[in-house]
Amino acid sequence: MSSHEYTPSSKFGKWFNDRLPLLTLTNHLTDYPTPKNLNYWWTFGGILTFCLITQIITGLVLAMHYVAHADLAFGSVEHIMRDVNYGWLIRYVHANGASMFFLAVYIHIFRALYYGSYKSPREVIWIIGMLIYFLMMATAFLGYVLPWGQMSFWGATVITNLFSAIPLIGESVTHWLWGGYSVDNPTLTRFFSLHYLFPFLILGLVILHIWALHVPGNNNPIGIDIKKPSNDTVPFHPYIVIKDIFALLIFLIIFAFFVFFSPNILGHSDNYIEANPLVTPAHIVPEWYLLPFYAILRSVPDKLLGVIAMFAAIFVLVILPWLDTSKVRSALFRPIYKQFYWFLVADVLILGYMGAMPAEGIYLLIARVATAYYFIHFLVILPILGKKERTLNIPLSITEPVLGGMLNPSMAKAKKDTEKINSLG
Amino acid sequence: MKKLFAINIKIILIFLIHCCVAYSAGNGSALLKQDWSFKSFFGTFDRASLQRGYQVYTEVCASCHSMQYLSYRNLAEEGGPEFSLEQAKAIASNFEVTDGPNSDGEMFTRPAKLSDKFVMPYANTEEAKLSNGGAYPPDMSVLVKARAGGADYIYSVILGYEDPPEGMVLDDGVYYNKYMYGNKIKMPPQLYEDLVIYSDGTPATPEQMAKDVTTFLAWTAEPKLEERHKFGFRAIIYLLILTILVYFSMKRIWSRVETKV
Repeated sequence: MSSHEYTPSSKFGKWFNDRLPLLTLTNHLTDYPTPKNLNYWWTFGGILTFCLITQIITGLVLAMHYVAHADLAFGSVEHIMRDVNYGWLIRYVHANGASMFFLAVYIHIFRALYYGSYKSPREVIWIIGMLIYFLMMATAFLGYVLPWGQMSFWGATVITNLFSAIPLIGESVTHWLWGGYSVDNPTLTRFFSLHYLFPFLILGLVILHIWALHVPGNNNPIGIDIKKPSNDTVPFHPYIVIKDIFALLIFLIIFAFFVFFSPNILGHSDNYIEANPLVTPAHIVPEWYLLPFYAILRSVPDKLLGVIAMFAAIFVLVILPWLDTSKVRSALFRPIYKQFYWFLVADVLILGYMGAMPAEGIYLLIARVATAYYFIHFLVILPILGKKERTLNIPLSITEPVLGGMLNPSMAKAKKDTEKINSLG
Repeated sequence: MKKLFAINIKIILIFLIHCCVAYSAGNGSALLKQDWSFKSFFGTFDRASLQRGYQVYTEVCASCHSMQYLSYRNLAEEGGPEFSLEQAKAIASNFEVTDGPNSDGEMFTRPAKLSDKFVMPYANTEEAKLSNGGAYPPDMSVLVKARAGGADYIYSVILGYEDPPEGMVLDDGVYYNKYMYGNKIKMPPQLYEDLVIYSDGTPATPEQMAKDVTTFLAWTAEPKLEERHKFGFRAIIYLLILTILVYFSMKRIWSRVETKV
């Protein structure tokens, strides 16, 4: 990683570091050479780490007051809101924190898609990231069940019923997940247990994600390999640390607006009605961040194929490094890819919207077209585009386009683009 | 390319606008909108309205609707109706609760204390249904948060009784309500002119009573709202100042390298 060997200055430090090289690690983390042209889209890694820690700490406190029992869960949440000191704050931070976590992770993922951060040699970082994303969705789903409101109960019923689509063993698997013949108290207690476990698995994967990142180092807006350390890099501390903190504070202001001034706007009002197995809500909808997948699930007429399509939608992301055949990373130098990138963004937003609408008529038709396009983007467009696209010339280093010395017109355009990116950042 | 890109962005924008329009239209724009004092950035509850609202709740709604997550002590707490402790104690002592078992192993009744939960009108859901033609009067503790449209929706439903449109046949014990989902409601119209007598002399019109009781229900659903608004204002001011300080530190640190941040 860092090319030089680190020796602590104090005698004790040296003694300790020989036995457990924590100081070498700290030194590596502060010195870690980072491309100096990273824009603000690169601050979301730090923001996400903050989100995870916030969710774990608020979750720990909530778990001290929450009761995982079908008859008591809803009341215990109201107890937290009314009688626990600052319980309302902790719960609203946790509930809105999940949404903010997903907001940040979507920006983080779409940044990687735009700048080609998933490409060689960063495939493993990307795959670990997708595992984290998958576990995040599972954790969020489990957590949404815990308040035991109507959406909790019926959301759990719909999602666990998906497993009944598996041929032959489907029904047994579903009963095994439920711990009975319907979503009930055993389901709630195991969901609570797993909801407590998963964040720590995510934490472990985050450490691997960062470790894997520190082997090749960060990608950057131009998407070129850079020498490290060099004129193109700055040490992580203080340059990137202060920038990450600044971005985090902006993020926190938005977070605070949700928590303090519209804490329930991202939730569903039905979840303030206690779970009732005898009354089905008019529309069962998941939280906003799962809506695109929900739309894909519902747009396939066959139940089993729908479930397969939904999981395939995540799986195509996992194998993306091998689907995108282009050697050029950044969309700045891929004029056609840039178009398709924005089509994909629009497509996912459309899917999200259709996921919130009833699956009928025009909504269903649009959802089907959008689902098809989603897969076409990854399975057809990207592999062909990588071979056919005429990419722009790529600068040799980060400093070069900034310091001038253009070789040809396309390079000059690239310069403009980088300047634009830098001024945005 | 540039052109295609611009078109692209336009498609996204048009789509988003469409979403917003569809969303607001789908949410029953017909609701009676009120200028709630607790809605704004610094919003607080109107204390007098909360106290009147409690009176409407306890004299009208409470005969069918429970309020299971509230205790009598809440009535005297900051940010609520803020009855004095003596008033809250007096209110509580009007209700009988079952306690026990005592040393003889017997359950007994006693007047409620501040620490007791609001007494429920029915022993259980089944009894509640039996007394209300099969419909369960929902618990009112978080009712405002449990309905899309929130306070406006509750206010509208209370005042939304009308004669059914031509050709609509209603079963016995079912009423037509303009704002209720499906327009059919089993709760009969409740509020009539001067149904309650306000001690502060406010004329008890149905609109006034509906407004007061909805304010009260907004408080029961969100009893820490005032604390939250106050806390939020301070938190955001703190964050803004810190952000500005960090911004200038960042500029200073990055001035050592030629790249702009």
